[in-house]
Amino acid sequence: MAEHILVLAEQLEGQLTDVTLELIGVARRLAASRGSGVDALVLGDGVSSLAATVPADRTLLMEHPALRLFNPEAAQRALEAVARETSPWLVLVPNTSLGMDVAAAVATRLGWPLVAYCQAIEERDGQLVATSQLFGGKILADCPVGTDHAVLSVLAGAFSSEAAAPEPPARIERLTPPAELDALRVRATGLERPEAADVDITRAEKIVAVGRGIESKDNLELAEELAEGLGAVVAASRPLVDAGWLPRSRQVGKSGLKVKPRLYLALGISGAPEHLEGMRDAELIIAVNKDPKAPIFDVAHYGVVADLFDVAEALQERLGG
Amino acid sequence: MTLAVILKQVPDVVEELAIAPSGTDLDRDSVSYVVNEFDEHALEEALLLREATGEDVVVVGVDTTGELDQALYTALAKGAQRAVKLVGDFEGSWLSTRALAGLLAPVIRELSPRLVLTGVQAPDDLDGQLAPTLGALLDWPHTGVVVGTELADGVVRVRKELWGGIMLDLELATPAVLGIQAARATPRYVPVGRVRQAMRESTIEEVEVETPVESAPKLSRLRAPEAAGRAEMLTGSPSDVAERILEILRARGLY
Ligand SMILES: Cc1cc2nc3c(=O)[nH]c(=O)nc-3n(C[C@H](O)[C@H](O)[C@H](O)COP(=O)(O)OP(=O)(O)OC[C@H]3O[C@@H](n4cnc5c(N)ncnc54)[C@H](O)[C@@H]3O)c2cc1C
Ligand SMILES: Nc1ncnc2c1ncn2[C@@H]1O[C@H](COP(=O)(O)O)[C@@H](O)[C@H]1O
Repeated sequence: MAEHILVLAEQLEGQLTDVTLELIGVARRLAASRGSGVDALVLGDGVSSLAATVPADRTLLMEHPALRLFNPEAAQRALEAVARETSPWLVLVPNTSLGMDVAAAVATRLGWPLVAYCQAIEERDGQLVATSQLFGGKILADCPVGTDHAVLSVLAGAFSSEAAAPEPPARIERLTPPAELDALRVRATGLERPEAADVDITRAEKIVAVGRGIESKDNLELAEELAEGLGAVVAASRPLVDAGWLPRSRQVGKSGLKVKPRLYLALGISGAPEHLEGMRDAELIIAVNKDPKAPIFDVAHYGVVADLFDVAEALQERLGG
Repeated sequence: MTLAVILKQVPDVVEELAIAPSGTDLDRDSVSYVVNEFDEHALEEALLLREATGEDVVVVGVDTTGELDQALYTALAKGAQRAVKLVGDFEGSWLSTRALAGLLAPVIRELSPRLVLTGVQAPDDLDGQLAPTLGALLDWPHTGVVVGTELADGVVRVRKELWGGIMLDLELATPAVLGIQAARATPRYVPVGRVRQAMRESTIEEVEVETPVESAPKLSRLRAPEAAGRAEMLTGSPSDVAERILEILRARGLY
């Protein structure tokens, strides 16, 4: 059996994403314990200089015009072809907006098992176990991974991104794109970056963040007042932004912004993995939630099991509101 | 032509979740089921497309809970034209995404829709998301994390969210499979009376299917996240708690 690990590197406009380094880091740890190596597959167009910076043992570089922007069909075909060709033990794919299009499709086509939402991949009693985070972060599923092929899709932020450059330096191998890339049914037509916002939550020192527990748009006023009293800005979980109660620029999390304030006061936020991705590194996290099992308490430094309105009002009184 | 929407019922994660004695499933008797919230967005997006194009909306589900009718009638009351329920010997079991996709693929092929819409992910998809899995089985173009769609001649144009507010625009040849993150509008509400009316006036089409061969990854056990590293809990009256919070902030020069 092959023992090497194939990592799908993720890049956007020539920039490698942090999660790619996290995946290569964990892959190198796993491969080293088996005396094997790590292949990183870099997909793009005109990205050969980027390929040279990837800290894998071997960088497989595939360039094609269809790979310039992310194209889910092209990426899927490319990864599938490379996996068939190199027959790795494990394929690691980031569980990002891009990776989600690829991991399940490639695993299905190859007939290999997939463990999604991996937050840990560890040896336990001589057995490799991938731990998947399910049910909004409330339940973990331990899945033993044998010596057969498997695909793991890995949560961003679950591993350290300090993968050191390998010794000896990586070899770069240029791959010929599969013929399917010339007959795709999906076209990427554009990429749009957000406009500058009125408030940049990524620079705020203090954040009062509200979730679905706030119940209505009118109740946002309470959060605004509290934030004013604390000298903080208001941010939110995704459902509030989807409902149009706050602009997209206030969304914290996987598809929103990553924040690292000195204070993150979370009111009525459950702490789904996609939310935690954006705020778990805050210096001080204080969470108020009615549900004692809410996953937000797994990352908070201080927790309060209470009605957020009671706590917010009591705080507001003391702040002289 | 039709738009197929796949709905799945999942345990409500806002409630307490207990693990079954087997250790490899939730205690199904104690969970309450809700339609996967992203599937609700998929239905809403399909209804919006119907308003623009006149396509029929067909909702499809695999009845793993024995309670799917409620979800399907609600979809009909919201404006879907047809409902199809896959039944078999799997009530109360946790089907993997690949097993689910395996059951759905032939039915979807038969329906021959212009588009398949489903939620971007579900709380229980241990082996990955349904849209890319089904897309791979059908060999139709697919993408997920979709926040807007527009149907045109032979293609669907979608807006896909990346991160940090970055949007990617894609054009997929139809038929295609989409994993919807958020519909262009908040999923519509339908009064109970309209659901009751749908129950009286419409029928759910049933398709008997074989029990799928399980293809889920091996699962040794489910567990709650470790208590270690959890928050220090502040207790007492709201005013005690507020006082403690302000003390903590003062000690750090944050207030
Ligand atoms: C691809 C993808 C990307 C995503 N990106 C993001 C993202 O960037 N950011 C994000 O936030 N989410 C994101 N999500 C959504 C995420 O999965 C969750 O659905 C979302 O974070 C839940 O928001 P919430 O905690 O506000 O709501 P819920 O999960 O509904 O939680 C509400 C909480 O409030 C508590 N509560 C209710 N009433 C009260 C009260 N009166 N007092 C105290 N507590 C109360 C409840 O106990 C509950 O824990 C993404 C999902 C996907 C699939
Ligand atoms: N050092 C390495 N790093 C990464 N991949 C490797 C390495 N050596 C071999 N491979 C890949 O592993 C495949 C088979 O490996 P093996 O089973 O170890 O012979 C080869 O076809 C290469 O694609």
